[in-house]
Amino acid sequence: MTDPILEFEDVDIRYRTEKGNDVHAVNDASFSINRHDYFGLVGESGCGKSTIADAIVGGLDANGEVTSGTIRYKGEEIQDYSEKEFNRNVRWKEISVIPQSSMNSLDPVMKLSNQAVEMAKYHTDLTKTEAVDRLRELFEVVGLSESRIHDYPHQFSGGMQQRAIIAFALYLRPSLIIADEPTTALDVIMQDQIIDYINGLKDDWDISMLMITHDISVVFENCDSMAVMHGGQVAETGSVVDVFDRPRHPYAILLQNAFPDVRFPDRELAVIDGHPPQLRGEVDFCTFADRCPWAKPECREGAPDPQAVAGDDDHQAWCIRADEMEELAADHLDRNATEESILEGER
Amino acid sequence: MSADEPVLELESMDKHFKTTSSFVETVKETVFGEGPKLVRAVDDLDMTLEQNQVQGVIGESGCGKTTLLRTVMGLYDPTGGDIRFQGQSTSEFGKADWKEFRRKVQIVFQDPFNSLDPKFSVRRTIAEPLEIHDIDYDRSDIEEMLEKVGLTPASQYIQQFPNQLSGGEKQRVAIARALVTDPEVILADEPSSMLDVSTQAEILNLLNGLTSEFGVSMIYISHDLSTVSYICDEINVMYLGRIVEKAETRELLSDPKHPYTKALIQSIPIPDPHHDRERATIGGEPGDPIDMPEGCRFKTRCPERMDVCDHTPRDVDPDGEGERSVACHLYYDHEATTGDAEEPVEEHTPETPT
Ligand code: SF4
Ligand code: SF4
Repeated sequence: MTDPILEFEDVDIRYRTEKGNDVHAVNDASFSINRHDYFGLVGESGCGKSTIADAIVGGLDANGEVTSGTIRYKGEEIQDYSEKEFNRNVRWKEISVIPQSSMNSLDPVMKLSNQAVEMAKYHTDLTKTEAVDRLRELFEVVGLSESRIHDYPHQFSGGMQQRAIIAFALYLRPSLIIADEPTTALDVIMQDQIIDYINGLKDDWDISMLMITHDISVVFENCDSMAVMHGGQVAETGSVVDVFDRPRHPYAILLQNAFPDVRFPDRELAVIDGHPPQLRGEVDFCTFADRCPWAKPECREGAPDPQAVAGDDDHQAWCIRADEMEELAADHLDRNATEESILEGER
Repeated sequence: MSADEPVLELESMDKHFKTTSSFVETVKETVFGEGPKLVRAVDDLDMTLEQNQVQGVIGESGCGKTTLLRTVMGLYDPTGGDIRFQGQSTSEFGKADWKEFRRKVQIVFQDPFNSLDPKFSVRRTIAEPLEIHDIDYDRSDIEEMLEKVGLTPASQYIQQFPNQLSGGEKQRVAIARALVTDPEVILADEPSSMLDVSTQAEILNLLNGLTSEFGVSMIYISHDLSTVSYICDEINVMYLGRIVEKAETRELLSDPKHPYTKALIQSIPIPDPHHDRERATIGGEPGDPIDMPEGCRFKTRCPERMDVCDHTPRDVDPDGEGERSVACHLYYDHEATTGDAEEPVEEHTPETPT
């Protein structure tokens, strides 16, 4: 039944430093994204989620390296690809990226239509006219007026730029799109519209999506499955419904309750004390141990192995006490049970 | 000051700017074209802040909420209307009044990473406003303040520098600095928006307790309705310089009247995969504070627009109970009201800020 497009298996990613105390940014990370699935990767800043995005397209900083484990794209290992192989086989035409801000992606002093021609020249055998026509079609898909394809990026508002980027991300008909906090720079109504456009692509395009965000509500609303990361480790992965209904990693449990929900303004927000550890040197412990209300000495004696939740291999929690959490965290898990939404039309 | 007097009142407050190049540098909130056009950044704004009350102001970028805050702080002179603090108009303030005002009205900024001086220890950061206002203190006063904002044990924090603190700890220091002069009013500029979710919850919980624990009142501006609703008693929805709707928090969320308020609420993602949300249908671009339309400023995005919307709507009370207000033609009977639907005459001379 599962047909993964991207698989991470026990991946370690490190950044070398001059002093020799390397940063172990990602440790033993495993998850997989099925074809046609939208997959959310959620966590706080520094948790390793952006490092993972960089590694997939060969975009790690010069001192960064996948030191062990495998990253497979459509079954093929790509973690040791050279720059040239990434350019030829992966970037844009297989995997494209929607970054936070257009400044990293569009050339501000080149007309958008010319940027399309450049891209087509390098990756396709489309003629100039065909290249511009393709951009015109995509402008319609993302809700931009096609009369503006000869504009420069700086003539666009932030929201329009972000739409133009989505058009370019789709340009070479990739199979996987990585959206890295694609709307954080925008106003709320525009944010929601852009996410809605990204969501709408599901129906008409044969794509999978890796959505990287700090906003768990965007993942719950728009993704099929997800992983929660903390301190360079994957804490929990599964379908969004499983992670919502039966979270079993303490961080996944508390994070959900820390998130404001406009339906319940009287709910007390969960507080997660402390902060993630500096990931210098070997990470052979649970990186949530300093913040976890249920930590035991064993949690610091080795990195936790994944536990299948309720016997379901697609729902895993990297916590040695995962099977006790239903009891231990009972107080935190019964939210929604008694509350009623105050929003219009829902009471 | 009597016990039931509002601590702060804004009456028909205006802050209009001419757009000139010097202005472009000083105000980041709005983006401008060329020429000295008039920007009505804050237009005819009324607000009453009662003691121990938290008034929220929400809106998109360019709506004027930052200008509102800066004008109340005294960084800009209002172009029209009046600001009264504890019953006295700030236009009548002398030097001593301003000094007292600066002690009693404190601000907490959005970005804890920039708002603290990296060369100042926590002790010095908290002590500075006390010294400026000639308030006697000793080390235990500062420690006590730190403990009150959750920096415990204080002895562990007092000698630290900002670069040794996490984002949440920095924001707690900033809140402690704001509270240490025993202010009446805190002006808060999205103090949790730059923080990670788990830290944001701590700061929201802390802010939530300020009115009861410290007896302060607060004006809290934000773009994010879901965090504002945790903190505020009342919410003012601001669009292109005007408050278009004002109501008690629950009222506003459960029964929004203005089409813009409805759109804002419908745009908030809900952290629940079982929830099926109806999305807003309005255009996503925030309005342009330079080229504002005549009449209702929201009409270019409004799904309910009518002919009459070319005239500026009045502020009416949709429930007739005198507790909330909405500025929209949908909510009143035009025949029954007199002298209605006139575009207000601009009577104030705009100034160029220096
Ligand atoms: S392994 Fe231990 S410290 Fe880590 S989340 Fe589980 S109980 Fe908490
Ligand atoms: S006054 Fe008219 S245009 Fe403005 S919000 Fe109401 S219905 Fe819409």
